Amino acid sequence: MQNKDIKRLSLILLFAPFTLWIALLILLPHIGMVLLSFREKVAPRVYEYSFANYLEFVNEPIYWNTLLRTGTMSLLVTALALLIGFPIAYYIAKIAGPRSRGGLFLLCLIPLWVSDLIRAFGWILLLRETGVISSFLLWTGLISTPIEFLYNDVAVIIGLVYTVILFMIVPLVSTLDGMDNSMIEAGYNLGGNGFTVLRRIIIPYAMPGIVAGCIVTFMLTAGSYLTPILLGGKNSSWFTEQIYNQFITRFNWEGGAAFGMLLLIFTSFVIWLGLKLSGQTLANTVAKS
Amino acid sequence: MTQSPDFDLECLDISKNFGAFRAVKDVSFNIPSGSFFSILGPSGCGKTTLMRMIAGFEEPTGGDIRIKGRSVLGTPPNRRNVKMVFQHLALFPMMNVYENIAYGLRCNGVSGDHIKRKVHDVLERIALPDVAEREIHQLSGGQKQRIAIARCMVLDPDVLLLDEPLGALDLKLREAMKIELKLLQHQFNTTFVYITHDQSEALVMSDNVAIMNQGEFEQIGTPQELYHHPNTAFVAGFVGDSNRWSGTVKASDGSGGKVETAQGLSMSFNSSGKAAIQEGAKVDIFVRPEFIKTIRAAEADRQGSDGDNTMDGVVDSLLFNGANSRVLVRTGSGELVESDITITGDNDLKPGEDVRLVWSSKQAMCFAHQEHT
Repeated sequence: MQNKDIKRLSLILLFAPFTLWIALLILLPHIGMVLLSFREKVAPRVYEYSFANYLEFVNEPIYWNTLLRTGTMSLLVTALALLIGFPIAYYIAKIAGPRSRGGLFLLCLIPLWVSDLIRAFGWILLLRETGVISSFLLWTGLISTPIEFLYNDVAVIIGLVYTVILFMIVPLVSTLDGMDNSMIEAGYNLGGNGFTVLRRIIIPYAMPGIVAGCIVTFMLTAGSYLTPILLGGKNSSWFTEQIYNQFITRFNWEGGAAFGMLLLIFTSFVIWLGLKLSGQTLANTVAKS
Repeated sequence: MTQSPDFDLECLDISKNFGAFRAVKDVSFNIPSGSFFSILGPSGCGKTTLMRMIAGFEEPTGGDIRIKGRSVLGTPPNRRNVKMVFQHLALFPMMNVYENIAYGLRCNGVSGDHIKRKVHDVLERIALPDVAEREIHQLSGGQKQRIAIARCMVLDPDVLLLDEPLGALDLKLREAMKIELKLLQHQFNTTFVYITHDQSEALVMSDNVAIMNQGEFEQIGTPQELYHHPNTAFVAGFVGDSNRWSGTVKASDGSGGKVETAQGLSMSFNSSGKAAIQEGAKVDIFVRPEFIKTIRAAEADRQGSDGDNTMDGVVDSLLFNGANSRVLVRTGSGELVESDITITGDNDLKPGEDVRLVWSSKQAMCFAHQEHT
């Protein structure tokens, strides 16, 4: 009997931090946000429940345009991360020898040891008007006046791909690692060429990893704040920037809460759509890797 | 060696080096059309490397591989009409049975209607007509096996390679699949090249078996030849069970003679290796358990013996295994000798009884001693 109590106690103690974390830092703030977002200020210190904050979003094209722009740019970043990450992951998992594999994986991880902010400043050093690339081009004589590479969409996309690609590579490596080499050989043996084997065997097999990587990458990109602001400047028009403006600049917590919820709903919808289209489920993708 | 279309597969002095390690050393053989050929050898003997070279996954360091008389060196694996059943089958888990079989046909650009007909045809032939829409994980071990073979056979290969495909199955199923594989081979009338380290698989199924050891073929022959007339000590020791003695030749007339073993026993033999055995040579002698008769010592004098080798000992233990039962006899010099006996359940030998072991010198296979075998 006593043994059972000890077991139960240790279970409770083990789960307590996790439960507290979920409840206090995730659930509670979100409930607060939902409640806040349905509140409208009708007079000083007088509030009533309404959809006004959401209606404002619908009625003001700049808001939903920004959200759509954030969504498409995030999809683009996800696609680029997949295109660049897949060959890297394939090389690490299938081609590299067992000894170099660890080293290569470490090389992918090292950038994570530096904070987002420092990495963004690294790109600023490279891309700004007086930065490394511009100066180098001036020195070679290819250009005659310095060029500003910063504060445009390309800079934002480069920075974001660089930041999130690791989260694409890790799940891809782990699924490709689990793939028996003889499966690929069987693909060739039965008459497939390189392209057929990639399309009919490797990609379908890696699908759970691809979807898992895409979900994480898309979520991180759509919710990122630092990189678009620092590399895109004031014109980056990232939706998180709008949320920040509502909360901090306009001190409109109700509007900010509504925008936050909208971003969450929008990204969840995109992921749901992606899962439906690829025929995968959350259980065999993100939960697996 | 002539370039005859009678051979589906010919290998001429094939060798493969991995750095300084020679995995396959100048192996030559040819396989008549429509036969079942096994390559039998211990793990690490190079048989998998040899098979991968035939399939095209490894390029040989030297020699030539010919399929239906045409050299396939430099031909990529997807252009060779050699299909392979992998050790773990390598069925594609993301496709159902139909798609698995259709994959190869699609790669060859076969039209839709044709694919459908061929897939159903091959499923008929492997006696699994209703599994087309099943997923791979819904199949049993034996069914997976047959699908893996069907996936290759639907492409009408010149040669089908099988890389120990029965290894993952449990014993009962393995026994059943041995017979089934042989039947399938008859039915498709295609050349099967089967590699294994399990001698019973090789002996039961094959028309011809090659014994491979340390990158070389020790002997090629029918299962019976290998069993009864091994050319080398390795083959004699590897194929089937045998009792083994080392000794020195005391008298030899070229075809037979007398040997004194390391334990001081004297026995006669008939030379069975290719080389004549000289007096004073160090030799290994192999005698199979089924050729040794075990007789109670008391009865032995009365009966007399028809073998020219005898040895006295005490029954150490009985190894009961139905029809394959054995008796372990400890001889005067302290070593254990295995002999087949029939255990009837009535008046059988018991541990501790004095017995006499008798065998004919014709059944004593003698080979010059080799250090590394």
